Amino acid sequence: MSDYRPGAYRESSAETLRDRRHVRESVGSATRNFDARRLQAYAGIEAERWRDWIRDVKTHVLTNLDRYLEQAEERLTANGVRVHWAHTAGEALAVLSEVVARRAVRSAVKGKSMLTEELHVNRHLDGLGVHVRETDLGEYIIQLLGEPPSHIVGPAIHKSLEDCRRLFHEVLGTPLDGSPDALAAAARDALRHEFLAAELGISGGNFLAADTGTVALIENEGNIRLSTSLPPVHVAFVGIEKVVPRLEDVAGFLQITARAATGQPIGNYVSLIQGPRRDPEVDGPEEVHVVLVDNGRTDLLADDVAWEALRCVRCGACLNTCPVYRQTGGHAYGWTYGGPIGAIIAPAMLGLEEAMPLPYASSLCGACSDVCPARIPIPDLLVHWREKAVEAGLAPLAESAALEAYAAAAERPRLFGAAASVLRRTPWRLGGRALPVLGGWMQERAEPEPSPRSFRTLWKDGIE
Amino acid sequence: MRVALFATCLGEHFFADACADAVRLLRHLGVRVDFPSAQTCCGQPAYNAGHAREARRMAEHTLGVFEGFDYVVLPSGSCAGMIRCFYPEILGRGDGGPPGDGPTGRTGRTRQRAEALAERTYELAHFLVTVLGVESLGGGLARRRVAYHHGCHALRELGVEDEPLALLRGCGATVLPWEADRECCGFGGLFSAKLPEVSAGMADRKLDTLPEVDFATSADGGCLLQLSGRARRRGSGMRFRHLASVLWEGVGR
Repeated sequence: MSDYRPGAYRESSAETLRDRRHVRESVGSATRNFDARRLQAYAGIEAERWRDWIRDVKTHVLTNLDRYLEQAEERLTANGVRVHWAHTAGEALAVLSEVVARRAVRSAVKGKSMLTEELHVNRHLDGLGVHVRETDLGEYIIQLLGEPPSHIVGPAIHKSLEDCRRLFHEVLGTPLDGSPDALAAAARDALRHEFLAAELGISGGNFLAADTGTVALIENEGNIRLSTSLPPVHVAFVGIEKVVPRLEDVAGFLQITARAATGQPIGNYVSLIQGPRRDPEVDGPEEVHVVLVDNGRTDLLADDVAWEALRCVRCGACLNTCPVYRQTGGHAYGWTYGGPIGAIIAPAMLGLEEAMPLPYASSLCGACSDVCPARIPIPDLLVHWREKAVEAGLAPLAESAALEAYAAAAERPRLFGAAASVLRRTPWRLGGRALPVLGGWMQERAEPEPSPRSFRTLWKDGIE
Repeated sequence: MRVALFATCLGEHFFADACADAVRLLRHLGVRVDFPSAQTCCGQPAYNAGHAREARRMAEHTLGVFEGFDYVVLPSGSCAGMIRCFYPEILGRGDGGPPGDGPTGRTGRTRQRAEALAERTYELAHFLVTVLGVESLGGGLARRRVAYHHGCHALRELGVEDEPLALLRGCGATVLPWEADRECCGFGGLFSAKLPEVSAGMADRKLDTLPEVDFATSADGGCLLQLSGRARRRGSGMRFRHLASVLWEGVGR
């Protein structure tokens, strides 16, 4: 997991805010736009009832996960799909190695998928000598730039139109003042050749219906449809938490996920994949693989509080509404999943120590749990991981000591009052050097002004 | 009706005048106000930072201090939220082990006491509107143009949204639309010191969208310290006033 650097969150976020102000601007306007559209889309349906329903279905699945996964495997296999169980990223990537070697794959196309980012699929394919092309427009942009996605749904939202114009001018020869439509058309032309040449198509999976063995995929550009149907081999990486009981459940999930993500009633394209091409069909791959990936998910499931995070449908609504995420976008968080959802799954998926300080990258404002379509109590889970961090001795020693002293004083009102009145008279500029808490405050703000006399004194003297 | 004022740490030391104004306001409305002198901290800073053991100690202390009153009123949405939303859970669970010891056990009984306290605990504006049924205080804010910041915990934990606005308008104030009025100011207790750069960016978003007003107000001292501290650092003269003082002015005596 050495690729991930959540530990640098403070430095990365500060650096982004200081040296790359345009990121805050781009991310801020894109997420506010997504958020406003989500709000509008929720208003058009009985959103609260649907959110209850998503929560309940997901909770049911997660408490019966073994049964549904086995049912899904059985149905997929009956449909002619080759099913693989991958406990680790390495086991998941080994499926690709086998396919690439056996079919002599030299080029691959990929639909947008956060799980494949988590697994570092592209780097693995590079290592195997396979040319892999991202085919989602946003993913294509950041692949050309050599960057990871900064948002679950809008991977390039940290980029401005100007950034894209310059990039496409260099790579595709479009004019420097090209319209967004012209840029998209140029990308489409370039990608068409890649689709036709690819011997392997790779995707994720939004949902997996256990009763029919169907992988469901939502998208807007048609590139996932092409990636999964044009090349002779399709490999879908599906997180084990993506299974739902019935195909008819998918209908509900598709609509709520699209509304939560982008405010659309449904994605422009929905692909329901149920196996390889059959006679006398003319389209579709000869070979379909579904890789059921754990990669830390059962560790999350085993946590008696944080398991609720596995209800996530990866809509990105919590990112869009999060005032902390809006400051920097996703890169500052140092791993695949930024924002509130990332902070509550990282401690299980990366390990608690590795995930620090992500559970602290929140003011606990609660905007995220207000919008989450699966009703994940995100602030409660953040506090849960903070408690785990304190138990594991990962909190700064000075903080633990200070809060212990604070608690001890709070049980002795006289001592508490005396200590407070000393602190009140300490100039913050001096205190800031001794106490990191005050130093952090003073770095960005003017000195706070304590009341000339404490309320206790005012009360004693009598309030007129 | 015996009402205890829980001034809170920030209230006692940074908003002492606002606490006094809260007392004046309550007395003006015929409420007998007490200030139990054993009160200290509700435990929120420890709880939010993950120091559950320390938070529980402070919660137990606070529970003992305020149990005997009909109501507990706080000039703070987040401290009121701490008591209302988290005390029963904090005080009712075991020390990280199995959940409590049943309704007749020690933690079970403490939980019931915490629930009883939670039900009687209110943020000031919430108390005025829902318990006292106040619709109008006076005309003391006539021709005042104000912006109201919804503290996150008042808004989302307590569900206090219209109450402060209705009171301000009832006093004659014009509450101007503020695009970011429901967004977090970036205070978040220790968050503001642990991640000061991001926290300041959040305050900047609030300040950059703030309309032209005579002053901005909020029910939470933490938010006010954050916003005014950042505004002054940026060289702005905008005034940020505690809601309790603004409402007392609204009485217009």
